[in-house]
Amino acid sequence: MMRRLATALALLFVACSAGPAAAERLVVSLSNHRVAVTSNFVGEELVLFGTIEPDQATGQLRPPYDLVVTVTGPQQTLRTRRKQRVLGIWVNVDSREFVSVPSYLAVLSNRPVAEIADQETLRKLQIGLNYFLLPQRIGPDVADTVTDDPFRRAFVRLQRQQGLYRESSTAVTFLTPTVFRTAIAMPAAVPTGTYAIEVELFSQGKLVARTNSALEVIKAGFEQYVADAARDYGLLYGMATALMALLIGWFASVVFRRD
Amino acid sequence: MQIYLPIADLPVNVFLVLGMGLAVGYISGMFGIGGGFLMTPLLIFIGISPAVAVATVSSHIAASSFTGAISYWRRRALDIALAMMLLSAGIVGTATGVWLFTELRALDQLDLVIGLSYVTLLTVVGGMMIYESVQAVMRTRRGGPATLRRPGSHTWIHGLPFKLRFKRSKIYVSAIPVWAIGFLIGFVGAIMGIGGGFLLVPMLIYFLRVPTATVIGTSMVLTLITMASATVMHAATNHLVDAVLALILMVGGVIGAQFGARTGQKMRGERLRLLLGLLVFAVGLRFAYELVVQPEDLYSLRYVGNG
Repeated sequence: MMRRLATALALLFVACSAGPAAAERLVVSLSNHRVAVTSNFVGEELVLFGTIEPDQATGQLRPPYDLVVTVTGPQQTLRTRRKQRVLGIWVNVDSREFVSVPSYLAVLSNRPVAEIADQETLRKLQIGLNYFLLPQRIGPDVADTVTDDPFRRAFVRLQRQQGLYRESSTAVTFLTPTVFRTAIAMPAAVPTGTYAIEVELFSQGKLVARTNSALEVIKAGFEQYVADAARDYGLLYGMATALMALLIGWFASVVFRRD
Repeated sequence: MQIYLPIADLPVNVFLVLGMGLAVGYISGMFGIGGGFLMTPLLIFIGISPAVAVATVSSHIAASSFTGAISYWRRRALDIALAMMLLSAGIVGTATGVWLFTELRALDQLDLVIGLSYVTLLTVVGGMMIYESVQAVMRTRRGGPATLRRPGSHTWIHGLPFKLRFKRSKIYVSAIPVWAIGFLIGFVGAIMGIGGGFLLVPMLIYFLRVPTATVIGTSMVLTLITMASATVMHAATNHLVDAVLALILMVGGVIGAQFGARTGQKMRGERLRLLLGLLVFAVGLRFAYELVVQPEDLYSLRYVGNG
């Protein structure tokens, strides 16, 4: 909500400062709107295609353009913990809770975001891992901290190691000055839920057009069945697992019986 | 061949997990133990979270101890009365353990407690086993009697009240140490994801003077029931039991155990105990190393909730 409000305000700001009404329109298409996590799921790559079109028949295109695609996964709350040596052993002593942050965050662009627009614009539009709002719970308050806060840095680094957060300044390719494509990589550990895709077009450091899309990651088939059962019918699920253990144990004793 | 685990939420190689099941099963069959103290660390090592590993291994141990218990049952080499007595306290211990497990997870200290318990328990028990079996080996070398059971020798444990007679094991002991041992095994099993066979067998021999003929069978019955109930409790409270992972482990485990048992029967008792002692001790040292040496990454993430 905050993000939408911020971007709406920013859009207004950019539109006003840009003078004439936006002349470009973005048309995008995603290769697949549904990612199914099945038993042989090892990750998937989605392709987003798009073109930049003049808004009206009279609209003039103003290349070169810069494009940023931001993909955000369902929100999660995660705790970042830091170990410290206490009495000779390493113990988790300090932690920060990151509240309602995206479980997946990909910032894909055709060149480094810092070169596309100035800091103020990036912060307003929350473009780039450094400018994305990652609220932390500090005591009773919830707020984002400075970019080089050690917990924020560790959080982003760990998420990047998992492949869940990524920033690539070469992911967007312009096939012609107005036709682009980008690949969205979904790692195997991708969380299920709805993913929002924001596509933002820049010209000379100004936001000139934007559009959005969405995709869905769902557990499918047997995987979904097992995960749902474990969550919704814990007791029954546990009994079924225990029973399975007994059956396999019994089966082995019959098969390998030697006396 | 990769398969996606629905609860652990990551893909693993089926053959790797099956191989781990076979290897641990072989060792468990050889020594007559569940092998949880090996399986849980192995699962953590391949990237499964400690919580899911502990919860899932309990079902794997239930399967392998059931196979063992059936074969001992056929040979009439188990004491059901003693097992039930241990069990009555074991269930309480398991429930306490699962409760503490849930609490510690919320406090971010579960990994530490699992690590510390492994270090303490494994190095102490492993050290004692090595000491005892080396002495036994030396005694046989010198030609002395290798027997450990000294009938008639009583400790303070035999002076406790509420005495009960266990016919099959031919012992007459107080209910208090029986309950204490049962509680401890159930508790430790739920926290550490181990069946506790390697703890229970020596305790039954040394404290209760249970004869070797019935001790392993009895231990297996107890392990079976505590681990089956730990599976149900972990699934009901923490939703962390991965049935797909458990299934692969079980299949490997029960097959490996058959071959391990054959090797074990060919070896001499004290040699076997020395080997097991060394193994237990080594795993304990491995955990100690992890706690003492500075971790590669001081930071770690933990999932708190959606939204």
